[in-house]
Amino acid sequence: MSASTVREHALGQRPGWANEMAAMLEAYREAGGNPDALQLPQVATLVVSANQVLAAHEIPGVHFEAESLEHGVKANIAVEPGAKIERPVHLCFGVIPAEGLQEIMAEYDIGAGAHVEFLAHCSFPNAVKVQHVMEACIRIGEGASLTYTEAHYHGPTGGVEVRPHAGVRVADGGRFITTFSLTRGRVGLMDLDYVVSVGADALAELTTKAYGTGDDKITVREVVRLNGARARGLTKTRVAVRDEAISQVYTTAEGNAPGARGHMSCTEIVRGRAEARNTPLVIVRDDQAQVTHEAAIGTVNRKELESLLARGLDEDEAVDLIIRGMLQ
Amino acid sequence: MGEPLLRVENLSLRREGRDILRGVNLTVQSGQIHALLGLNGSGKSSLAYVLMGCEGYTPDAGRILFEGRDLAGLSITERARQGITLAWQEPARFEGLPVGKYIGVGARDQEHDREHVIAALEAVALPAKIYGFRAADRTLSGGERKRVELAAVYAMRPRLAILDEPDSGIDVLSLGDIERLIRHLADEGSAVLLITHRDELVTMADVASLMCFGSILFTGDPAEARRYYTGRCRPHLETLGAQPWDASTPEVQAALASNGGPVSPLSSHAVKESA
Repeated sequence: MSASTVREHALGQRPGWANEMAAMLEAYREAGGNPDALQLPQVATLVVSANQVLAAHEIPGVHFEAESLEHGVKANIAVEPGAKIERPVHLCFGVIPAEGLQEIMAEYDIGAGAHVEFLAHCSFPNAVKVQHVMEACIRIGEGASLTYTEAHYHGPTGGVEVRPHAGVRVADGGRFITTFSLTRGRVGLMDLDYVVSVGADALAELTTKAYGTGDDKITVREVVRLNGARARGLTKTRVAVRDEAISQVYTTAEGNAPGARGHMSCTEIVRGRAEARNTPLVIVRDDQAQVTHEAAIGTVNRKELESLLARGLDEDEAVDLIIRGMLQ
Repeated sequence: MGEPLLRVENLSLRREGRDILRGVNLTVQSGQIHALLGLNGSGKSSLAYVLMGCEGYTPDAGRILFEGRDLAGLSITERARQGITLAWQEPARFEGLPVGKYIGVGARDQEHDREHVIAALEAVALPAKIYGFRAADRTLSGGERKRVELAAVYAMRPRLAILDEPDSGIDVLSLGDIERLIRHLADEGSAVLLITHRDELVTMADVASLMCFGSILFTGDPAEARRYYTGRCRPHLETLGAQPWDASTPEVQAALASNGGPVSPLSSHAVKESA
């Protein structure tokens, strides 16, 4: 029996494990994930419920070290240099009870030349007062590629406070492509804060999508530092707010090296009494670097709207379809 | 012939201090392809937006009757639910919205709506397996987006399809696909108001109207309309357009006064002879 298998066996012996795992799988499904994928032997999987590690399934090239903290989990996730991981690594975080605090302290090490994709689902389906804090440190080695997709499901009450914070370092020739989406259920309070440093010939693409309703509050802070020659960076923010929701988007792109290219794109749709703000900051410290930004904030495009109305949708249906498309 | 599907009576529209439509009269029968021919800027698209009820295109005078009922005050949605739809000359781009879903919007109340979407894509020669899941956004070429727009209209099976320059942006080799789609629409009972400034398409129409500076100058046989448009009208109008056009001249006034019925002989009212 391998060390990994022994550990999985030990996890499975805990009292109540089966019920908790079943609840997490259901939460995973609600967050848009496929629970079956979590049980495939060839798929690396880490499942964390509140401060308990329910499953940590390693595959060749992918290693997990996870330990429980008082209110969460400390995890080290490593991908060996040169490893080409064919199937996405599945991460599942959640809190099933109505109240709770979950702190995830995560370190990711993607070895030089490795290629890996992570699918992370965070689900708080019953949340009335839940706080989820993620403090991640992500290191992407030379020539390595990490695609990190994170989807949240917060249930219908808006009782979640989610604070995903990450510091990312992309070494020369590396790639970091990430998508964070919180478009199902209520947002509650979201405070996303990413700082990414991009090396020479490296790439970072950050996409953030959120749909705020009720009195949700969305804050997005993204900083991309294009520090290496020919580094490329893109931030793409898509937010829709209605009712009395508020969104604030602060994006910064720094062109600090020759040939660096950065672009920030922000689209926010506002309905009802909602409020949206966008504050882009462009900093260029090299005369051969270039950073651009574009922002469109306001109501839905009239032509898009009328095109859908002309097919028989009413205005609410049409607006919802446009927003859902934008957040797809 | 009974009550026409669409009857436009003395329709006028003024926008930003300019007369865009001047007493337009037009009728479209059920199942009929009615071509509306005219140069750029003659008011064809504006008429389409007025018929569809688009924002900023409320007529200043006149009536639009659909099956005898006045459309005044009806929203775009209400008109669409009566069976009127419009394919825009430059269709909107939708970030993230799959082509299949966009087309399916109009077909959602029909049985087997998925089959309708596939058939609609095939009708415009776009393979459903490739295009059904692509976004109807900027990644589509102008010609592809145009085909998607026509497919969306086709899937809706409207009573009246207003097609605003369906041939623009389509490569020459594919024009036959567009003509076939228009013919399909008519064969399946839709009336088509076919707006174009290219006379080639007019020959497939049952009736053609010639539009000039916001007025209908001629309605009748498509071949006659085409002959007049290509042989005399277009050269004259292009000359006049460059002057620019002076609506106060007797020739133009006469042309406008003749609005609504056949102009015979065509040259007597429509435009002044070139020097």
